[in-house]
Amino acid sequence: MGRELTFHIFRYDPEDPDSIPHTDIFIMEEKENMTLFIALTQIREEQDPSLQFDFCCRAGICGSCAMVINGRPGLACKTLTRELPKEITLMPLPVFKLIADLSVDTGAWFRAMNEKVGSWIHTSKKFDPSAREERMDNALAEEIYELERCVECGCCVAACGTANMREDFVGAVAMNRIARFMMDPRDERTEDEYFEVIGTDEGIFGCMGLLACEDVCPKNIPLQDQLGILRRKMGWNTVKHLFRFGSS
Amino acid sequence: METVWTDLLCIGAGLAGERVAIEVSTAGFQSICLSIVPPRRSHSSAAQGGMQASLGNCCMGEADCPDTHFQDTVKGSDWGCDQEVARLFVETAPEAVREMAFWGIPWNRIVPGKSVYFKGGKPYEKTESEENEGLITARGFGGTAKWRACYTSDGTGHTLLYTMDNKVVELGVTVHDRTEAISLIHDGETCIGAVARCLKTGRLRAYLARATLIATGGYGKIYRESTNAVINEGGGALIALDTEIVPIGNPEAVQFHPTGIVPTNILVTEGCRGDGGTLLDVNEERFMHEYEPEKAELASRDVVSRWMIHHIRRGLGVKSDHGDHLWLDIRHLGAEHIKTKLREVEEICNNFLGVDPITQLIPVRPAQHYSMGGVRTDKDGAAYGLKGLFAAGEAACWDLHGFNRLGGNSLAETVVAGKIVGKKIVAFLQGSESKYDTALIKGAVIKNQERIDGMISGRAGHENVFEIRNAMQDVLMERVGIFRNGKDLQKAVDSLQGLHEKSRRVGLRSNGRGANPELSLALKIQGMVRLALCVAYAALKRTESRGCHAREDFEARNDRDWLNRTLATWREGSDLPTLNYEAASKVVELAPGDRGYGVCKIISCDGEIIGA
Repeated sequence: MGRELTFHIFRYDPEDPDSIPHTDIFIMEEKENMTLFIALTQIREEQDPSLQFDFCCRAGICGSCAMVINGRPGLACKTLTRELPKEITLMPLPVFKLIADLSVDTGAWFRAMNEKVGSWIHTSKKFDPSAREERMDNALAEEIYELERCVECGCCVAACGTANMREDFVGAVAMNRIARFMMDPRDERTEDEYFEVIGTDEGIFGCMGLLACEDVCPKNIPLQDQLGILRRKMGWNTVKHLFRFGSS
Repeated sequence: METVWTDLLCIGAGLAGERVAIEVSTAGFQSICLSIVPPRRSHSSAAQGGMQASLGNCCMGEADCPDTHFQDTVKGSDWGCDQEVARLFVETAPEAVREMAFWGIPWNRIVPGKSVYFKGGKPYEKTESEENEGLITARGFGGTAKWRACYTSDGTGHTLLYTMDNKVVELGVTVHDRTEAISLIHDGETCIGAVARCLKTGRLRAYLARATLIATGGYGKIYRESTNAVINEGGGALIALDTEIVPIGNPEAVQFHPTGIVPTNILVTEGCRGDGGTLLDVNEERFMHEYEPEKAELASRDVVSRWMIHHIRRGLGVKSDHGDHLWLDIRHLGAEHIKTKLREVEEICNNFLGVDPITQLIPVRPAQHYSMGGVRTDKDGAAYGLKGLFAAGEAACWDLHGFNRLGGNSLAETVVAGKIVGKKIVAFLQGSESKYDTALIKGAVIKNQERIDGMISGRAGHENVFEIRNAMQDVLMERVGIFRNGKDLQKAVDSLQGLHEKSRRVGLRSNGRGANPELSLALKIQGMVRLALCVAYAALKRTESRGCHAREDFEARNDRDWLNRTLATWREGSDLPTLNYEAASKVVELAPGDRGYGVCKIISCDGEIIGA
């Protein structure tokens, strides 16, 4: 016989005129290896079929199911109930627009972020279908992949002090994305061009260095290192500009 | 009611849908992609091991070429594929991989010099040439003569999807995420778009398009134990079936992947075995080499899955609370290899099983994985039956995979088919104009609104949608699995017909307002049960064994009577699909023969009996 779990779940559907924000309580018996995916699916099927939340791959790969679990942003699909106390409070991620209950609109936020940072290879070259691929050192490919593993779940944004206070802050996810492209020789953007995107208060200089982003990242991406490297590079870039300005 | 016009409506924004949209947008036409999730969450992201293309760069892939890839693919399909499509595919795949490299994929590259690799648990040495340093490398996969699967660690689908969506963002292609197409708008001859439900607000929208593409992935979630994402409920296939005209090709061709973890059925990549991992039984002994001396663990998925079940039936499985399973052993590959080439596997095992694959064995069992069947199209991706309707990727039966898909050929298919079908749609758009019949559009929207109202009011009945879904999944799992027989299949058809009847009378228990999830499932359930019936009934009627379709009562592959493709359509008012058949391949480049793995028992085209 498993523990009796009590779920306190935030409820509000802006599309339902009768809905007001409140907390619903659901009680269920814990099973072996139970994840929040299993628990929430069971609540929907057996207790309240209107409960809204997002799951997709249920394997920690797609980033759909981030929510605030007992005060901490995380992926619900890979959270085992046995790692939690028997009172479990689930809230939607802050910062993102609420769709309903535990479901938030990460899609629109990340599309805007990707547009803002120019999240693609900027190149003047044309693809030549008859040519062999350009060579790349495998170690570099692996370094790029390390940062490319981000699943855009939104945990780092939800946990960020600046992002919670300021709507225009791009978040660690955007900084990591820029770092990924800066490291990629196929992207022809110069340091000045990257500076244009994140060398501002909305970007790297808005970061207060609290580093909750790194603590909550479910893919363990080294965000702290990337933020440090970017801050140094962008800082030097500012100094270089001051120097050039002063000597002209 | 909101109405949106576009040149191309892409239903689905995974790899195939987005690749088509990119091609069409680049040619100057407008495309809108609908996706039930933000596009980067599409199930394409979960593909792990690799994308097949015969680059022939690495030493274990030396002298690889499209011809070899073609032969592997046709044999893998057990001669069920369309050989013209397979030829087109293998010729285009290398260029597609290079194009993705140009767009930003950090493909793993060749490191020159000596290194150790494993086969059958034993170490061997290979030497990569200096000359090929830095070119795209590849790993071994099941059923292939060469190392051909290009990869980025074991997150290949993830990097492909992110790079593809980056391109979509760069080109400014519109994506309406959290939008689900619930029916196609057509007049019996031409498709002019779809009625969709917004999964943010619950409101209906009409999308009108000169060309409509179905790229919604597979329908694995009609099975209980599937590696598929929860969204893979066959949304695209069932709206096609609902037209009464467009057929589902080979619905009975359902792939089980050998290594789903027990009990959650999360996939661990075939790359584990490709890189030298082995399967072990209750005595922690290898067994695949006894059944398949040549290919051992790296026979095709259908063959490995069958031997695994056979071995478990011999009492050599490992007992557990979740039923018998076998072990996957990758310990000998070493920490460095696992931490760089099999990262997701390491994470999944630690997280969901509490198993460290560097020092411990992974519990595995075959689980439903891939739908070879889908919306039947010609080689241009045009759906049978309706002008202006196309399909690509897993949602389509293009038909590259026949009765068994090779690992790494699905990622490759999404990108290659996306490229090819995209070009064909561009040509179609250049030569077409559409007339929009407003009464037809209004009628389609009203019909769907009435369905919704009926489910909310309980006018249709009070059947519980989750119970019907769960019962359907159980029936398929228990009676239409890896080994099939007439008796069980008939029982499955009977049970599913009962569920089909119930699916007409679904009533919601919640109020159905907004993006209500119960309503989302309720709108699909009848179509899902019909798809399940297509699978079960087509499997019952196919009295032979081919690829993944293994009939215990008809063990031979029967090329004399069954070298064909099932085409299933659904007539309204009926409680069974209508089955028709067409030749598997109009062009036969490689004549049917022995695959080189699996049990060779064939009734040849001339009626000659070959094998045991």
